[in-house]
Amino acid sequence: MSGPALHLAVELDGDGSHPAAWRRAAHSPDQLLTPRRVAGLATVAENAGFTLITLDDGVLPPGAAPDPVGRIGAMERAAFVAASTSTIGIAPVVPVTYAEPFHVSSQLASLDHISAGRAGWVVTEEESPEAARVWGRPPVADADARVRESRDGIEVVRSLWDSWEDDAVIRSVATSRYLDRDRLHYIDFTGETYAVKGPAIVPRPPQGQLVVLGRPDQVPAGQLDVALIAGRDPVAIATAAASAGTPRVFAEVEVALDTPDATGAERVADLARYASWTDRGRLRHVGSADGLVAALDGLSRHVDGVRLHPLVLDEDLPLLSRLVLPALSERRLVARPLPGTSLRSTLGLARPANRFAAAAVLEETR
Amino acid sequence: MTRTDPLDVPRPHAQLHFGVFFQGVNHWTIWSAPDSGSQIDPASFRRVAQTAERGLFDAFFLGEGLRLREVDGRIHDLDVAGRPDAITQLAALAAVTRRIGLVSTSNSTFNEPADLARRLSGLDLLSEGRAGWNVVTTDNAWTGANFRRGGYLDHADRYRRAEEFLTVARTLWDGWDDQAVATSVHAPAWSVPGAVRRVRHRGAQFDVDLTPTLPRSAQGHPVIFQAGDSGEGRDFAARNADVIFSAHGNDFDDALGFADDIRARLRAAGRPEDDLRILPGTEIIIGATEEEAQEKKRWIRLQQVTPATALGIAGLLWGIDLSDRDADGPLPADDPVVAENDGSFGARRIADQRAVVAEWRAKAEAHGWSLRETVIALGPQRGHVGTPSGLADKFAHFVRHGAIDGFNVTPYLIPDGLDDIVDLLVPELQERGVYRTEYTGTTLRENLGLREPLTQRSARDRRQAG
Repeated sequence: MSGPALHLAVELDGDGSHPAAWRRAAHSPDQLLTPRRVAGLATVAENAGFTLITLDDGVLPPGAAPDPVGRIGAMERAAFVAASTSTIGIAPVVPVTYAEPFHVSSQLASLDHISAGRAGWVVTEEESPEAARVWGRPPVADADARVRESRDGIEVVRSLWDSWEDDAVIRSVATSRYLDRDRLHYIDFTGETYAVKGPAIVPRPPQGQLVVLGRPDQVPAGQLDVALIAGRDPVAIATAAASAGTPRVFAEVEVALDTPDATGAERVADLARYASWTDRGRLRHVGSADGLVAALDGLSRHVDGVRLHPLVLDEDLPLLSRLVLPALSERRLVARPLPGTSLRSTLGLARPANRFAAAAVLEETR
Repeated sequence: MTRTDPLDVPRPHAQLHFGVFFQGVNHWTIWSAPDSGSQIDPASFRRVAQTAERGLFDAFFLGEGLRLREVDGRIHDLDVAGRPDAITQLAALAAVTRRIGLVSTSNSTFNEPADLARRLSGLDLLSEGRAGWNVVTTDNAWTGANFRRGGYLDHADRYRRAEEFLTVARTLWDGWDDQAVATSVHAPAWSVPGAVRRVRHRGAQFDVDLTPTLPRSAQGHPVIFQAGDSGEGRDFAARNADVIFSAHGNDFDDALGFADDIRARLRAAGRPEDDLRILPGTEIIIGATEEEAQEKKRWIRLQQVTPATALGIAGLLWGIDLSDRDADGPLPADDPVVAENDGSFGARRIADQRAVVAEWRAKAEAHGWSLRETVIALGPQRGHVGTPSGLADKFAHFVRHGAIDGFNVTPYLIPDGLDDIVDLLVPELQERGVYRTEYTGTTLRENLGLREPLTQRSARDRRQAG
């Protein structure tokens, strides 16, 4: 592929990937859910030169009862961040296990318009049966059923994005027509558990299709632009990357860097007093910034990008910004997104043809 | 109109509140003019919201329609269409505005309370207390075809569902006490023990069990807007809403009648009669002179009511497809076909088609009007036309006599359609003392001059009684 060897994404939810990250945050808990905090973090990531921000989410509050931690919906944060930044990609996490795909499609298409083509979508699952109680729906209990809901949901969302052709708004004064209805399409989706008619109520997103990211064990490769793959070591990651079958592959990497005040290991040990760092089977770098640069250099031979999960955002993000990204940039391993460039372009992905427009042309030439 | 002595009126100190409705559908938005901007570009939304904020408007308001409109089974192609998801767009606007309220129209039939309450809470927190929710209901299976939950509600159930939806949403918004979040990283827990309550609701419409995800915002709850005009809708508003939109804002007596009716319903619901802001939807056309304003109105109506739109509006009245007729010719000689309107167009049900057609024929004949001229003159009407000072006198009279609390203005042009109102009308209103000269609060609730949320009042009353 052209472009830099490695794209760097960073997960910016809450105070970091450790459940007790808030204990080491530079702000008090009551400052977490503020616009200043949400925009401030995104600005740091954009200025650092990251390709993409992801924002985790789910209907259940993070933090276990009786100590729930508050979380603003990822879609709302993403839209707010999109209006506060100019070049970085933004991908909220949105599960479609229970959500209405029609709404999800509208929201994501809107995010792409708001960000002028910088939007992505991280597909996850609502695994807990408690999520069903939040939605007031029967639980989607087993793994196969959750995969089915994600698959159908993505199919509906993607079809709706194509249900307006790019030039459906014609503004023909001569015929008094604002729309060309031949360039609008019913999707007529019928799955195992529901059906959706269409067309969308939002015009086609600027990117045509947003960049869709997800785990290959949860989402069919054909529906993904970017596979997010775990693996405890580079060999496991290389193996998973080789078999992902998606246009792009990003490795999941958790980081706890040495700071001037404490080593990464000391920081992890400090937070272990409150909770353990959730093990998700991901590669974990606990140590120096130089060590992380070397590790990422090594990974760049196997994957197109890495999504970093900092232990504590307020501690690790400044070091990533000051030390890690500049060193990678110096080695020409990473490049910051160019102004005015869509996320797809930055990732070297083509703008997809519209499935319905393509069909219509076929029909005409037959 | 003569200026009234401001002290010799029912509400000498009443203030007008303005909202702006970025409509995104319907023929009122002109798309054919050279300065008709994009209906989806974020710059259009930013421009309108920031202009409204410059004019000290209370609220920026987005509509919602969950299916593209159709006529006779085909997508309606004459009017602007294609708009962003309201809450998503408003969350973006929260980043580029500081004081104006951000109001989302969101459907209580095709959403679930925990999800929507959370989205609105997120908007409320990101805007630091400027979120509003315009509660709308739908019952038709036609819209339901876009949703996994499926179609349909019994017509009678749509307000039942809306009311129970609102009850669940309010319980969730009250699920965190004020100051529920720790103020130090050394606190025993992220949230104050006992300050976050699990919500279990089992009712006819909803059965949910969850811990709400978000604390209360600076305004307690998002401000509730409602627009139903039926008796049922008005009662719903009187029990639940903070602001009601109406179609009763053109004629003073009609507006006053509506306002008096709402005040009576508020009293019946046990609320103070100043507990609800009444903001009719309107269009405001301004000219330097009366003649110029009338000339501008004529130009605007010709843009709005194109030949095809005139045939479409007449077709609804006649109940037959008139799209192949000549809009600039005489009225159709056909008899109207009275049929059950399936509502899919979103059109008002016309009470007595034959009588209306007869009236149109008589007037068209008397004035020598073409069909298009007739539609412009007698079709759907709205709005105020005049000079800045004339309109300011009129609106001061309306608000001081309790006929309205303000207007929800739909600009006929996007994105520049508010400029005249902000630059020319607002200063005249300020001079008359009926419009603020700076924002009076930081939240939407404060700027509208509203009391605290209803459930929090009742909780306080219970505490005081106990």
